[in-house]
Amino acid sequence: MNQTTTVASLPATKKRKFKLPQEFSILLVLIGIALIFEVLGWVKRDQSFLYNPQGLLIMILQVSEIGLIAVGVTMIIIAGGIDLASGSVVALSAMVASSFAQVVGYDRAIFPSLGGLPVIIPVLMGLLIGAITGFINGAVIVKMRVPAFIVTLGMMVSARGLARYYTGGQPVSMFTDDYLWIGSGSNPVIIFLAVALFFHIVLRYTRFGKSIYAIGGNVQAARVSGINVGKNLIAVYTIAGVLSGLAGVVVSARAQTGQSGMGMGYELDAIAAAVIGGTSLAGGVGRITGTVIGALILGVISSGFTFLGIDSYLQEIVKGLIIVIAVVADQFRKKRAS
Amino acid sequence: MSKVQQQENSSVSQQDAEYMFVAERVSKSFPGVQALNKVSLKIRPGMVHALMGENGAGKSTMMKIVAGIYIPNEGQLYFKGQPIVLKSPRDALGKGIAMIHQELNLLAYMTVAENIWIGREPRNMLGLIDHGQLFAQTHALLSKLGIDIDPEVELGSLSIANRQMVEIAKAVSFNSDLLIMDEPTSAITEKEVEHLFRIIAQLKAEGKAIIYITHKMDEVFQIADDISIFRDGHHIVTKTASEFDHNSLITAMVGRELSQVFPKEDVPIGDIALSVKNLGLKGVFNDVSFDVHYGEILGVAGLMGSGRTEVMESLFGINPAKEGEIRFDGRQLKIKSPADAIRSGMALLTEDRKKTGLFLSLSVGENMQIASLPDHCNMGFVKQSEVDELCHQMVGKLKVKTPGLDEIIENLSGGNQQKVLIARWLLNHPKVLILDEPTRGVDVGAKAEIHKLITQLAKQGVAIIMISSELPEVLGMSDRVMVMHEGKVGGILSRAEATQERILALASGM
Repeated sequence: MNQTTTVASLPATKKRKFKLPQEFSILLVLIGIALIFEVLGWVKRDQSFLYNPQGLLIMILQVSEIGLIAVGVTMIIIAGGIDLASGSVVALSAMVASSFAQVVGYDRAIFPSLGGLPVIIPVLMGLLIGAITGFINGAVIVKMRVPAFIVTLGMMVSARGLARYYTGGQPVSMFTDDYLWIGSGSNPVIIFLAVALFFHIVLRYTRFGKSIYAIGGNVQAARVSGINVGKNLIAVYTIAGVLSGLAGVVVSARAQTGQSGMGMGYELDAIAAAVIGGTSLAGGVGRITGTVIGALILGVISSGFTFLGIDSYLQEIVKGLIIVIAVVADQFRKKRAS
Repeated sequence: MSKVQQQENSSVSQQDAEYMFVAERVSKSFPGVQALNKVSLKIRPGMVHALMGENGAGKSTMMKIVAGIYIPNEGQLYFKGQPIVLKSPRDALGKGIAMIHQELNLLAYMTVAENIWIGREPRNMLGLIDHGQLFAQTHALLSKLGIDIDPEVELGSLSIANRQMVEIAKAVSFNSDLLIMDEPTSAITEKEVEHLFRIIAQLKAEGKAIIYITHKMDEVFQIADDISIFRDGHHIVTKTASEFDHNSLITAMVGRELSQVFPKEDVPIGDIALSVKNLGLKGVFNDVSFDVHYGEILGVAGLMGSGRTEVMESLFGINPAKEGEIRFDGRQLKIKSPADAIRSGMALLTEDRKKTGLFLSLSVGENMQIASLPDHCNMGFVKQSEVDELCHQMVGKLKVKTPGLDEIIENLSGGNQQKVLIARWLLNHPKVLILDEPTRGVDVGAKAEIHKLITQLAKQGVAIIMISSELPEVLGMSDRVMVMHEGKVGGILSRAEATQERILALASGM
């Protein structure tokens, strides 16, 4: 597989043909879309779309938030599942983390006596909330054999409700400087890239990663091969939950406020990023690198349209089309390959 | 095929109206398998025509062609003297050919009436379904056939036997002139068999032709007018039932010489590796006991549905048995999952390669190493170069034809896919290797290589259990043969005792 040198050097098998990585075609799409906006930028506004550090940073910051969730969702989809709860879990963990991140002596704080806690406390609370929701998702799916779609749909509704109930719908703000640092500058981007790299390695080089592909590829064969399907699935959902929780921390720190309406619709953007990046909803197929590019495509489209001053409603229409076209193009590519 | 027969076949033409249905030199192949080879068949009206043969002889394939499910590669079909081309089951039904399937294809959450008339429901003036009429005509149909089932209950609430009766009623409801029944009695009790036979007599009296596939000898002599024997995708002979007796029927089914050379070598048989006592799983199999020794190949024969696959899957922890005990090297074992079985030194090559074996979306390498990753990990990280090296050795040793380890396994032929799955288990160095239909859907060359490999493994002292539907394979490879019949061990034969006739007799419960 990745040990290409070994494969090529062994006499038993034919010399391996050089193959472009699966992500190559989708990378071309990303570059193509960016270039189209570049041209349109010069035509309509006499400005460069790409040579615009400020605009690009904003775009990449937004991509990072969706991207964090999308990494977890990609693993879930590879394992043959789905996660609709991620956007709501972002909101819930943002609320809970925020409530532990407020400064000392702020009399309208959620926990007035707990002001000025070290930054690790709110961060861990956010991750814990994510882990709990993810574990519940996984456990109900595995132990009670309820379809993932239903379980995570239920969690999506309940977690959003809980996020609102937590403060009675009131936003939470006045964070410590340490907490705000998490969302400042390009820190969210660094966090996202570190997470993406970490799970890229997990998926490709660990037994856990390979088990996930096997479970999504053929759950019965995976069981016969000695894989503990239930344990691995619960782990995947829990990890995805933790990543949604992390996204909640990052989102609230960057916005300098925790609000129960945060992360609205993120779950669908994350699924879209994974699917555009070549992850198959049938399971067993997908890569983190593809998902990162998929998230970038979504980001470039929305920032490109904003850059050109095009109606946001029109943006949505095009975004929907791109999702479907990306998958159709991928099907064509696969058919041609086989 | 003899010259005389060929001349007969070519003389079949539109004038041959005395036959309800004629198939002329029909062939069908699937990737790697020639399922039917120039088969000709003539079915008389008002008669029951039984098709017999071993598993894989081509009976079901032939019937699926008659019912429009498969499209033949060559050959011509005639129905009531007219040449016909069937493109779909719907096509066949429209012309008057209906099939009762071996697996039930019914909708569990719809009523009996809806199941029978699906897609042909009576409608009222508004074009909506007329439920009153629907139930009335179902009631009429069922009472004509003497079936006592409420048309308004959900099908899923019925017993398997009653569902089978509904399936039969459905086939009759098409008013077809040719009915195909593929092992209709495999799931029903004696009483219902009698009922079915009464229905068949009624249909015969109406001049309808019935093609009847079965493995049960007594049934054939009770009901069939004509009997055709299939073997290895060829039509062997057709005679009237009175021209056959039990022995001549079995001889015709088995017929062939042991032409293939099986490289079975005598190797010293070691101690008992695995000992199974009174294993039972309610409704599936019971009181199954057998031993397998190191270095021994234990063949397992039996008809489909005899429980042979289920016993092995249970042994391997896929569907653990509720009763009985399993001893491995003399120590009692509790196997609750395949992971337990693998840890204790067992391996199972499953019967259905696609369903429970392959990860079609993954590469050859990934498919091969998935079960042995626990042995090649460091802190959860796979030692990829180490395990790839072992996979390469396997590719060479088993002569797997693949461009490389990273080829997607879906692109390999059936035989090579099977070799990859065998390699998966060999990487684990099993002490007991269970092979369920190791050469099904595999071309001749790969088959010989797999046989050779099995022998080599036995020589190395591996205890081997080999399930096979092919009698020559069982006879050629096994040190002993266990024959299963209806969830029980019908008998265990030594290599000297085992003949095709004896195995077939035990398998059909005679």
